Amino acid sequence: MGQPIVEIRTSPHIHSSPTVAQIMHNVIYALIPLAAFAVYQFGISALVLIITVLVSTLLTEMMFARLAGRASTLVDSSAAITGLLLALTLPPGFPLWMGAVAGFIAIALGKTLFGGIGFNLFNPALIGRAFVQAAFPVAITTWSPAFAPGRFVEFIPSTFTLPLMRPDDLSLWIEKINWLRGLNANPGETVDAFSGATPLAAWKFDGITTNSMDLLTGMVTGSSGESSALLILLCGSYLVMRRMMDWRIPASVLAGAFITALMLYMFDSESNPDPLFVLFSGGLMLGAVFMASDMVGTPVTPLGVLIYGLLIGFFTVIIRTFGGLPEGVMYAILLGNALTPLIEYVTQPRVYGSKKQTGAAR
Amino acid sequence: MRLLQSLLSLNRKGTFAHGIHPPTSKSQTDHLAIRRMPFSEKMMVPLSQHFGAPAKSLVHKGQEVVRGEPIARADGFMSVPMHAPVTGVVEGIELTPTARGPKAEAIIIRTHHAASQQVMYGADYDWQRATAEELIQQIQKTGMVGLGGAGFPSHVKMQVPEDHQIDTLIINGCECEPYLTTDHRMMLEKTDSLLLGIRIALKICGAERAIIGIEDNKMDAVEAIRAKLEENDPISVGVVKTKYPQGSEKLLITALLGREVPSGGFPYQVGVVVNNVATLSQLGELIPNRQGLIERVVTIAGPGVSKPGNYLVPIGTPLRFALENAGYFGDASRLILGGPMMGNTAASLDVPVTKTVSGILVLEQTQSSSEQQKIYPCIQCSRCLDACPIKLNPSQLGRLAAKREYEVMADQFHLNDCFECGSCSYVCPSNIPLVQYFRIAKSVNRERAA
Repeated sequence: MGQPIVEIRTSPHIHSSPTVAQIMHNVIYALIPLAAFAVYQFGISALVLIITVLVSTLLTEMMFARLAGRASTLVDSSAAITGLLLALTLPPGFPLWMGAVAGFIAIALGKTLFGGIGFNLFNPALIGRAFVQAAFPVAITTWSPAFAPGRFVEFIPSTFTLPLMRPDDLSLWIEKINWLRGLNANPGETVDAFSGATPLAAWKFDGITTNSMDLLTGMVTGSSGESSALLILLCGSYLVMRRMMDWRIPASVLAGAFITALMLYMFDSESNPDPLFVLFSGGLMLGAVFMASDMVGTPVTPLGVLIYGLLIGFFTVIIRTFGGLPEGVMYAILLGNALTPLIEYVTQPRVYGSKKQTGAAR
Repeated sequence: MRLLQSLLSLNRKGTFAHGIHPPTSKSQTDHLAIRRMPFSEKMMVPLSQHFGAPAKSLVHKGQEVVRGEPIARADGFMSVPMHAPVTGVVEGIELTPTARGPKAEAIIIRTHHAASQQVMYGADYDWQRATAEELIQQIQKTGMVGLGGAGFPSHVKMQVPEDHQIDTLIINGCECEPYLTTDHRMMLEKTDSLLLGIRIALKICGAERAIIGIEDNKMDAVEAIRAKLEENDPISVGVVKTKYPQGSEKLLITALLGREVPSGGFPYQVGVVVNNVATLSQLGELIPNRQGLIERVVTIAGPGVSKPGNYLVPIGTPLRFALENAGYFGDASRLILGGPMMGNTAASLDVPVTKTVSGILVLEQTQSSSEQQKIYPCIQCSRCLDACPIKLNPSQLGRLAAKREYEVMADQFHLNDCFECGSCSYVCPSNIPLVQYFRIAKSVNRERAA
């Protein structure tokens, strides 16, 4: 003993990259403006919902880490991302207890069951959302008006539904909001009566299209964080510029959706919406930029990334057009996640000096 | 128009796909001329400093040796001789520690204080009248090995199988490893012997042209060499982009000629022989005088070194002596032999500088927090795929390694094409020691095959 301890390390001896935790923190920074806009748009109900879902995901993550006897995995912040993303895909008036359930399912079934960060096959936030979509089909398609007067002092009535209770019907409250708006409107300004439908639902069930500019800026209703396509793009660009997001994924998802929608539109422009409406409406933008691009569950090969993105875009439009639901992004991304191992397998890059592809070729 | 031209000329600079851009950290030593290091009291010349069979000792305990005298002979074709780095007395042939860890036989020489240390050994040699075979024999007699780091005997490298025609000799002056500046200084200071060495090598391999590949961060070396070229010289300079690992010989061939060496193959299969700048400039000095390799240029640098520089170090000099002369008096932690990307740590300071040591670096103790060193599972960010210069899938390989599916790695995912450049580990946000996984996988596969 007494000899100095000599550290034997293996090359390379230098390292340069943001850590996993740093990448995750930056994703959170990019999501904060979206959450803030949701609160601005829908008021305190959205704020309380986001906090509830976040707390639920964090507690679930902590609990499972403790059960598994592992050190706390909260530091890498990936659970917080799941919580934030999940909350942003829920309607602002979603009952809080259902939000907590969604957060629990997202982490428990979507993440820790597979082995935690890096091992989940599917985007955990979408697993959570898929569960509540199936379990609470009414609540998750009950929308409340954006920019309701008094949204910063008054909760949406469905927010505080007691656990295991069905939320109240919102139509009475929405009528009140519409009436209030009509009262406060300046003379000569027409006020759109809010029918409780998102642009996508309005188009699908009533054939009403929404102004593209409103979609871009988020002056419409929808899930908390999905409404402003422009803001989502800006936040995504921040991550791309910090080289913490693969821009090829959102780009190919949007390209896939655009091409599919364009073909449908050219085939029948009466019953199909124009491709730009498809791009900017519903959850496509949030899904493409923040969920499809979640690194875990996406292919790593360059060609695989392209195929994965195009497929998600394609699935989204097909589900929207022919499915029973107005929205298809969630299922499209989950399908894309499921296909990832296969896509990766057939798109291994050609290694320097070899003629054949890796893996699949043999 | 000028912009267009400069863009075009930029595009003409050769390069390869992917790769990384680590900080070059060369400014500490790239302006410092090569200095001679004093002779250590005790020299340790290991009998195996190269790839191949160890040399056989020619000396016995108590024997007087003269600087430059052969003290061990090559054991077969795949081996090289050793020469006395100093005039002195053989103290014995002992097991001494080596940088890699296990002890190995070395000839220990006690340096003679009174000796002038002038190289007395050698004789004139008219290489221009020698045949290629004679020159290859002569190269073996110098004891030369690839000074870039692999230690492959140079004469074996020059020996091209009969059924292959060589059209281009490539001289590797990329020096893409951070910190190292020995090749850079040799191109600047030993331009004449470099060109002479290239002409000798051209004669041996029968190529019609030679291209010196130099990264575009060493334009002074490019100018220095171009100034000495004759009209219609078969030798030219090819400027390539500064990118790691441009100095890998296969990638340099691709960057300069656009040819791809087949997987598991050798450069001669695409009509090329590659040699390192340091190797050829040393040959240019040794061959005309029938001398042997007794010293080499070593970059001693890093934040922990107070007198960094490029030192001409006698082979066999203990690391401790070399480092103390460069102003470092610490222990062996964070000590690296070679470059920071592919070099090895040294187990102790009592190991000798061998023919393959291109640099001795003392890096700073890592101050990073445990969070920064924590290993996470792969998050499939695909940074490693974008870094791998030969387009492997390190992410997939890493996941297979974790499951110990080493054969699958080799059979289906080209594990054996990996030359351990370290780019994947360098960029991994999860801190996965990918290269180390791959080394383990390769050695397990070798054991299983044996």
